[in-house]
Amino acid sequence: MSRRLQPVFALLLVAVVIGVPLWLVIATAGKSQGEAVDPDLTPPSEWHLLDNLRQVWTDADIPAALLGSLLIVAPTVAIVLLLGSMAAWVLARRGSRLTAVLYALGISGIILPPAVVTVVLLLRQLGLAGTAVGMIGVYVGIYLSTVIFFVTGFVRTIPESLEEAARIDGAGPFAVFRRVVLPLLRPVLATATILICLYVWNDVFYAFFVIGGRIDTLPLNLFQVASAGLYLNNWHLIFAYVILMSLPLIGVFAVAQRRIISGITSGAVK
Amino acid sequence: MTTAVETLAPARALPSARPGTIRRRTHPLWFLLPAYGLLLVFFFLPTVFNFVYAFTDWSGFKAEINPVGVENFTQLASDGTLFRSLRITVVYAVLVAIFQNVFGFGLAVLLERDTAVNRIARTFFLVPVLMSALAVGYIFQALLKSSGLLADTTWTIVVVALIHAWKWMGLSMLIYLAGLKSIPLDVTEAAHIDGASRWRTFWRIRVPLLAPAITFNVATALLGSMNGFDIVQATTGGGPARTTEILNIFIYRTFGQGLFAQATTMSLVLFLLVALMAFPVIYVLRKREEVL
Repeated sequence: MSRRLQPVFALLLVAVVIGVPLWLVIATAGKSQGEAVDPDLTPPSEWHLLDNLRQVWTDADIPAALLGSLLIVAPTVAIVLLLGSMAAWVLARRGSRLTAVLYALGISGIILPPAVVTVVLLLRQLGLAGTAVGMIGVYVGIYLSTVIFFVTGFVRTIPESLEEAARIDGAGPFAVFRRVVLPLLRPVLATATILICLYVWNDVFYAFFVIGGRIDTLPLNLFQVASAGLYLNNWHLIFAYVILMSLPLIGVFAVAQRRIISGITSGAVK
Repeated sequence: MTTAVETLAPARALPSARPGTIRRRTHPLWFLLPAYGLLLVFFFLPTVFNFVYAFTDWSGFKAEINPVGVENFTQLASDGTLFRSLRITVVYAVLVAIFQNVFGFGLAVLLERDTAVNRIARTFFLVPVLMSALAVGYIFQALLKSSGLLADTTWTIVVVALIHAWKWMGLSMLIYLAGLKSIPLDVTEAAHIDGASRWRTFWRIRVPLLAPAITFNVATALLGSMNGFDIVQATTGGGPARTTEILNIFIYRTFGQGLFAQATTMSLVLFLLVALMAFPVIYVLRKREEVL
């Protein structure tokens, strides 16, 4: 491909492959119910975007769902990062057979699918069924392996002399971890935060089983709105919801775009 | 100044200490406890339960749970559900792995040079990655509803796999871009001096050097899509005529009907399927760790 044609081709590809689906969302969300019955790419004869957004905001009770999502995502990320880094640091620094086995077990969750049905039974026995605490526990169990994998690899690239210096100054293991190791882990923790936020924020499958019908989150709510909306042919409301639900992520992406891109790539392939 | 004396104590113990005792003091194993405790309760224990409750008559219609042997398996196998769901899941995963990597690789090669246009284009291809998979499914359902593409019992699974690949191709693109950037220039220059054409350099030098990126991308796409749910649920709901009913859709549906034992059995089948395919993958990941 010649140097002059490449940019033209790249932009055309973006317009068709990404632009068309996104335009469908915006155009349909701007239509009246009658126009949106059969969604297509024609622009709305009259824009009702703000009315539709307002209607979804109140009808679907977006504030409650947003609160539910935040209530679950924030503790999950905090717990997974802290506990995962603590474990990963020790796993990376101790080279015994025991830690090798524990590491293999710890990262097995990256690949193995969680037992989503029996976890419901377990939560019932623990008295955590349908609670935010139970949901957070399930997510922590699923995503700890991701943190352990990324952080263990990263710790091995940090020279141990920094820790030794702190120890000579009299720091115990906890102080070394908090004052020396954690600050050094910042880049890899940023990557892990982005990935886990993305997964948990958008998850609907595990949420169905654990908190479906008890606590509302944005994706669970979208599923309800869409299930009712498809039945009633309310495509304009479905896509208005999609826009509202995507706004927080678009905001985060606009702020941390460069960090996200470099973070994801540095973690995957060395 | 008492602290100074106290801190010297471990230092004095160093020469006489057996290997391992220092580590015990500086990197204590109790740091693993909270993480592994939660892993045990919320990840490993439910997995063990899978191996137990798949052999019972656990359901939403009665309180007691009794062992029934392999009845769930024989029932699911005899009515064809088991192998149909397995086949659909494997087909879906293989198709996703192919499409996602072809798209991601193509995008990475196309947008490799660091120009302003390419940077903007890369950003746009990341938008689907950030979007909710459920939303992606609804968008394509709306887009393809009138075309009849979602009503074909043979080809709909391919369409859904294409949609899955569309959502995640930006991630594959990023990883391939990182791989392309890590190829040292002198290698390609040496090929150029030896008279290799650009085409030949690309296929004989750069693609083989991308092996780690290819491995990672293919493995994650393959195993990740086996655990897929949202896109298929939102696009087709498993239809038409259950031809896109991958394992997780079946699990979700039977669980909703109160048939917990059947759902557990299929959950165990999925676990075993992924575990069997994952051994080579874990091996590769461990190898990568050694390189770091």
